[in-house]
Amino acid sequence: MRTIFRAPALGLAACLALTACGGGTPADTPAAQAPTTAPAEDAATATLTIWADQKRSETLKPFAEAFAKENGIKAEVVAVAQNQQQTFVTASQAGKGPDVLVGAHDWIGNLVQNGLIDPIQLTEDQLSGYVDVARKAVTYDGQVYGIPYAVENLALFRNTDLAPKAPQTFDELVETGKKLKEAGRVEEILGYTISQQDGQSGDTYHMYPLYTSGGGYLFGTKPNGDPDPADLGVGTPESIAAFEKVAALGEKGAGALKRSFTSDNSAALFADGKTAFLVAGPWRLADVRTAGVKYDVTPVPPFKGGDPARSFVGVQAFFVASKGQNKALAQEFVTNTLATPEVAQALFDAEPRMPALKTALAYAAGKDPDVAKFEAAAADGVPLPAIPQMVAVWGPFNTLIHAVVKGEPVAPAVKAAGKAIAEQLGQTG
Amino acid sequence: MTMLQTPARRRRAGTGAPPPRTRNWPGSASGVAGRVLALGLILGIAVWAAVPLVSSGAWTGVAITAVATGIALYAYLSPRRLPAKYLLPTTFLLVAFQVFPVLYTMSLALTNIGDGHLGSKQEAITAIETSSVRREAGSAEFRLTVAERDGALVFLLADPATRATYAGTPDGLRPLDGAVPGPGGRIAAADGYTVLTGAQAAARSAEITALTVPVDGGAIRSQGLTRAYQGKAVLAYDAGCDCVTGEGRIWRSDETQGRFVAADGHALPQGWQVGVGLANLTAALTNPKINAHFAGVFAWNLVYAVGVVVLTAALGVAAALVLHHRRMRGVRAYRTLIVLPYAMPAFAMLLVWRDMFNTDFGLINRLLGLHTDWLGTPLTARLSVLLVQLWLGFPYMFLVATGALQTIPDEYLEAAEVDGASPWQRFRQVTLPLLLLALAPLLVSSFAFNFNNFNGVFLVTSGGPFPSDNPTVGATDLLITYTFRLAFGQQGAEYGLAAAMSIYVYLIVAVISIIGFRRTRAFKEVT
Repeated sequence: MRTIFRAPALGLAACLALTACGGGTPADTPAAQAPTTAPAEDAATATLTIWADQKRSETLKPFAEAFAKENGIKAEVVAVAQNQQQTFVTASQAGKGPDVLVGAHDWIGNLVQNGLIDPIQLTEDQLSGYVDVARKAVTYDGQVYGIPYAVENLALFRNTDLAPKAPQTFDELVETGKKLKEAGRVEEILGYTISQQDGQSGDTYHMYPLYTSGGGYLFGTKPNGDPDPADLGVGTPESIAAFEKVAALGEKGAGALKRSFTSDNSAALFADGKTAFLVAGPWRLADVRTAGVKYDVTPVPPFKGGDPARSFVGVQAFFVASKGQNKALAQEFVTNTLATPEVAQALFDAEPRMPALKTALAYAAGKDPDVAKFEAAAADGVPLPAIPQMVAVWGPFNTLIHAVVKGEPVAPAVKAAGKAIAEQLGQTG
Repeated sequence: MTMLQTPARRRRAGTGAPPPRTRNWPGSASGVAGRVLALGLILGIAVWAAVPLVSSGAWTGVAITAVATGIALYAYLSPRRLPAKYLLPTTFLLVAFQVFPVLYTMSLALTNIGDGHLGSKQEAITAIETSSVRREAGSAEFRLTVAERDGALVFLLADPATRATYAGTPDGLRPLDGAVPGPGGRIAAADGYTVLTGAQAAARSAEITALTVPVDGGAIRSQGLTRAYQGKAVLAYDAGCDCVTGEGRIWRSDETQGRFVAADGHALPQGWQVGVGLANLTAALTNPKINAHFAGVFAWNLVYAVGVVVLTAALGVAAALVLHHRRMRGVRAYRTLIVLPYAMPAFAMLLVWRDMFNTDFGLINRLLGLHTDWLGTPLTARLSVLLVQLWLGFPYMFLVATGALQTIPDEYLEAAEVDGASPWQRFRQVTLPLLLLALAPLLVSSFAFNFNNFNGVFLVTSGGPFPSDNPTVGATDLLITYTFRLAFGQQGAEYGLAAAMSIYVYLIVAVISIIGFRRTRAFKEVT
């Protein structure tokens, strides 16, 4: 009797707490949004919350603490390991989001349609301090929504022992790779990420340079510079022609591109000297350097007689949350502290990504010769589209890449992907 | 337990009277203390839950807490009401983890909640107006000092180009004389104004953001605590026509879509959540894009769930029978090995399997010297996901079957042997029916689990391979992975549609499970 009684009581207590919490959460929101008119004595309790990924949060911590000390407030840098965009959306909507968010520029479209980030008003002078592609990337619908700090794009890594001369065209690259393979010096013609990590669908991000060099495009451009979802480039004759060129390098063609290549295993091939070429971003620099391979970095070469091979440029930026509790502080921190060259340099020292601020870029280029090489590779790059409609592209386009590389008939596959994207865009657009 | 009871027993023995069968609580001092502690805990948690609810004015939450606490005290403050003592915790858990989520899912299915439609209309209007504020091109950027006068906020503004100084309030901009210049071109002090310290300004952050100083052709707003700019809200909401105007256009509120739509069909991106009735539920049935592939996906889903259950049960039972044999040696070591897959985190194992299936670099092809594109063709991909789930799932069946085998009395089998039954007959007629008695309910629940085994498919094949002429439905897609892509793969997340789809999946699983459980009762009658 005694033991029977006690255990359920504890269980009850636990679920009581749970139901109480469950009932309470939705009702919290209005209170959280009410304007705070706290008296000045409460100042010490104001806390500026910053969300960043693990690496960035470590670097930003001292800057946040210095800012907090200067303004007599508290600052908290929270490392959000996974699923940052979705976590931010959910938490902000529940009134529990941060004041400042560190993230990628292609989140902007979705965050704006959810009303979760504010434009940042910068003067022309301030804006001109950033590299062009970064400025373009954080501008959405004519407004600047984030302060960019780093730029990432694809480039061609080349093993200089195996291939001393940088190929001028992609055809030349494949030729060189083939010869090396026939001579038994390498196992693969090149390392080129075709598949997502799951091996089951293609990788649009990595395919984009070849697709654009073949003459394809995803979306047209609106007069204000944003991508235009009404002008879909997938399914056009140009896109079919582009994928014909990709198919010629695929499993039933030259065998240079294979579905079994993922980002990880293609980088491992290059690091082990089993291939002379690798198309990857600056995030692979550390691996390549650790492996001790002699390498050089050049832009991804275009097809012979083709358009430039445009790499998608991803820009990392700081955002001010619309539903943060301390918006004025957040704006102050973002525009006056995070936008300084000191922060950009500290971030570069923590991880070698090309800084978006020109002065910091000069500093980085002085420290690391590869920075200038990636900068050169970014010259033809375009910002990853930030419009929410991009979500409709990934799935069908990824599938299309797999079909083409596998050697399926190109034209029907491209048309089917174009149709699937158009249908998804039309459904709610 | 026994020790605790002794004093009471001794006392009763001492009195010599029959133990009083009254409403008295049985038990010792420590027992009473334990009960007091538990009740205190209930009350403590109730208060802990209620305080934030009261302070935020969430009266529904307060009421739920009060009622729940009341019921708990009613049940546990009396030595009677024994059934309630058992029923209450399970009922609460059922409500918290089953009923509430189901009802919540159903309520979501009736709305258009999703990306772009998360909040209220008021939030959407705020977002539209805020994001439409544009800096006047080429206008001065003021150095800002936040000050106050008689408790009201004032912007002390310095124009670095002209060196002019102003005081800005909601009433407008006035020139300011006698301002003391400070570092960074900002005003350090001014007569009649109290400059706020960083901490004071921080505390009034929301007020500072909200303050606009009207000037010709726009307004001056703060950008942080030290800068201000002149800008103009391009879009404005007009309550009179329930519309947003600006840039020479009008976007009228459309309460069925939950967004502002212009005459030409252009909609502002920021929408709000509205009820859409049964639209999501009917969309699943009538929208050709959704239901076109339903039959094919459903059929494979059934094959997958049944296949996994049959295969895991067969292998699990077979392994258990082998290890149950009297002359088997090293049983303990084998059992440990067999249970190993069950003890590993399924999530990680699924990813490892996925990489083992890689055509060029995967372990399977390398070991067998093959060049099979396992996950690339429909048939091999389906076999692969079945194989992976067999590996992950059979140890469970093995464990259950091992336990059940030990409860089957040897006499039955011996009797059968005496009657001249062959080993196969003994298994078929005696062991298997008795085993199934124990296994059948678990087979049904295993079916329900595997019918919705999202991880088992999504982490290995992502639903693929996809036919090149139709990238929306893959060969290994289950209903749950297919609907996941539908609901989250388009214009961001569409929670309303996802909720509607999950209701259908839930209904299908429920119906099949009910039939299954009915059938298992039939087994009982056979034996």
